[in-house]
Amino acid sequence: MEHCEAKCGTAEQEKALEAVIEASRSTPGCLMHILQEAQGIYGYLPMPVQKKIAEGLGISLSEVYGVVTFYAQFSLKPKGKNRISVCLGTACYVKGSDKILAEVEKELGIKCGECTEDGLFSIDSCRCVGACGLAPVMMIGDEVYGKLTPDKVKGILDSYKEASK
Amino acid sequence: MTVKELDAIRAKKQQLIDVRRLVREQAEEMAKHTGYRKQVLVCGGTGCTSSHSKQVIEHLEKTLAECNINDVLVVKTGCFGLCTLGPIMIVYPEGAFYAQMTPEHVETVVRKHLIPGGEIVKELLYQDTVHPDGSITPFAETPFYKKQMRIALRNCGVIAAEDIEEAIAAGDYAAIEKVLTSMTPDDVISEVLASGLRGRGGAGFPTGRKWSFAKASAGDVKYVCCNADEGDPGAFMDRSVLEGDPHCVLEAMTIAGYAIGAHQGYIYVRAEYPIAVERLKIAIAQARQYGLLGKNILGLGFDFDIDIRLGAGAFVCGEETALMTSIEGHRGEPRPRPPFPAVKGLFEKPTILNNVETWANINPIIMKGAKWYSSIGTEKSKGTKVFALGGKINNVGLVEVPMGTTLRDIIYEIGGGIPNGKAFKAAQTGGPSGGCIPADLIDTPIDFDNLVAIGSMMGSGGLIVLDEDSCMVDISKFYLEFTADESCGKCTPCRIGTRRLLDLLTKITEGKGTPEDLDKIEALAQHMKSSSLCALGQSAPNPVLSTLAKFRKEYEDHIYNHHCTAGVCKALLNFSIDKEKCIGCGMCAKNCPASAITRTDYIAPGHKLASFQIDPAKCVKCGVCMGNCKFKAVERK
Repeated sequence: MEHCEAKCGTAEQEKALEAVIEASRSTPGCLMHILQEAQGIYGYLPMPVQKKIAEGLGISLSEVYGVVTFYAQFSLKPKGKNRISVCLGTACYVKGSDKILAEVEKELGIKCGECTEDGLFSIDSCRCVGACGLAPVMMIGDEVYGKLTPDKVKGILDSYKEASK
Repeated sequence: MTVKELDAIRAKKQQLIDVRRLVREQAEEMAKHTGYRKQVLVCGGTGCTSSHSKQVIEHLEKTLAECNINDVLVVKTGCFGLCTLGPIMIVYPEGAFYAQMTPEHVETVVRKHLIPGGEIVKELLYQDTVHPDGSITPFAETPFYKKQMRIALRNCGVIAAEDIEEAIAAGDYAAIEKVLTSMTPDDVISEVLASGLRGRGGAGFPTGRKWSFAKASAGDVKYVCCNADEGDPGAFMDRSVLEGDPHCVLEAMTIAGYAIGAHQGYIYVRAEYPIAVERLKIAIAQARQYGLLGKNILGLGFDFDIDIRLGAGAFVCGEETALMTSIEGHRGEPRPRPPFPAVKGLFEKPTILNNVETWANINPIIMKGAKWYSSIGTEKSKGTKVFALGGKINNVGLVEVPMGTTLRDIIYEIGGGIPNGKAFKAAQTGGPSGGCIPADLIDTPIDFDNLVAIGSMMGSGGLIVLDEDSCMVDISKFYLEFTADESCGKCTPCRIGTRRLLDLLTKITEGKGTPEDLDKIEALAQHMKSSSLCALGQSAPNPVLSTLAKFRKEYEDHIYNHHCTAGVCKALLNFSIDKEKCIGCGMCAKNCPASAITRTDYIAPGHKLASFQIDPAKCVKCGVCMGNCKFKAVERK
């Protein structure tokens, strides 16, 4: 397991996490909810955060870790400021979304599941955002880009690069 | 809230909704009584939101204010179904159906149509509603809508999705009123049983039977769950119901709670559906506020409440026992059955789980009766089914048709056929658990049993159309990648089986397959079907088996001839340049990422420059040269 900081982020983040644990601990089956909130606070789920949740709920770290690694949405690694998610659902796939993903990877020089060095972008694939009418689609943050072709990718990514300057 | 107050709300808003449902002349008459000269409905579902319907609404409101128009009601609804033409905007009482709206178009419509005395802007309408003689056809009469029958989607695209009063006026909560005032739990169950309703989530188990098992289970604490973990890629009907008419699900779950003796419900919904989650949260809060959830519903002495649980991206959680394990906060792994959930489900208590679309059918069954419902559909599949049409089809979107409608009607009439004049090859139904239906079975009436008989299944209703450019081996491989990735790993047949099947398919798509591989696939598939713990593993081989049964030649072509007819499997493709057609412009060589293209010394008759050639050893088969050649000199074989 990789090296982790002992502290749980900033004091504010830690306080927010404690509040979430306190508010939900008596609800049956609250672990998933707490992890979702924690990921919202930290952007990912580093080991100290998982430890804190385990202690807060009085369950073992292995149980928490087991749940985190089971679900695709929980991440052990930090994500980019702009999270790109290329849909590889069937409707998008038959319309060539694999070529969109390849173009995004080529343009950013990283592979699916990775984050650019400057932390600006990370790429993931997802299975259907339900916007099949616009296939092939990708999401950047909450924004959906539809009816894509590989040649549209660069312009979209450039607009994000521009915005971050 | 009391029954009387509920009736009062319904009466208050009834006419507003009627304007959207009546034919034009009656609607125009009705509109005079509503206080609104016109109503503009804009789709706020995921599809249209993704094509910027939010900006359309903002611009609409802004322009209306600029023009001092204040007798036009703007309503943000759920999905109209025709997602490919989004953002969609419908103006009532005329029923003018505007498609692919932009802020500029909105401006035009406001200034030319919505102003007093304005007229419909024909050139911005959905063109199927404009007759060649210039008259306007009601959109319900267009090929896309004509053969549809909307039961589950009855209120989607009709009501404001975030307004409980519009939902009530459209008929939601009338069934819970009827149930609590005049029916016993047994009456409810026998009505649902008699309707013949079968679960719309995939397996098609009779809903009434599920409920009667749970009612028969002893215990004070029972649960009602809603499966909104719509994991089948390409299916989005559950999302549309939640976005367009969330109250119909809350009401149906309450009815089931009354029928089986439960007081708590859970909706397990995908976190990938942010709009649906938001609308559900609003709907639950409103229902509690109006006394339609919580203690003493409608003052009639029944308590029921509902909470939301968010999924976190695991396909297996659509399986009922895995879903319950996930609600309990654990890894979403399935449990062996028996005991079935109706006996021992969520938190080890008797539980029923139904899918969103199933819930959406309950209100009409209670209100119009089992006899009416069972008159629709086929002998063993009653009612309607919602399909998410996707892939290589013109009208991508959501359609609801009576069970027994043929695939031909869905694809060619409603779906508008295949784009770019390509040939239909197959329809994939049932997602990763289903199979492919070839062209010669296109006249099969679609219902639960017929689909199984032809080697596919209903699944949740994803219907992906494939054309001649789709390779069936590649499609199987795509689904196996999915199931291998999503297998939870608890049982060996699924964990190892999906991986090995994927390996075999990869081998074939790379041109390294042997004839024995096909036998191995079939043997392995049978083992997986008979010994996997849950439906994920049991059905994971279906895409391979069905394509192998119907498109065996394509597999053999890959194996014996190292050839992929559809031109999809890269390893089997060979690019070459026709030296007679090549004019020697060099666009191919300039853009080749592998520097595999060089000039020859041959000049074709009539051309001035020497032609180019591709070095197969260097070629990475990306196809860039083909896209760049304006003279069609690059060939793919």
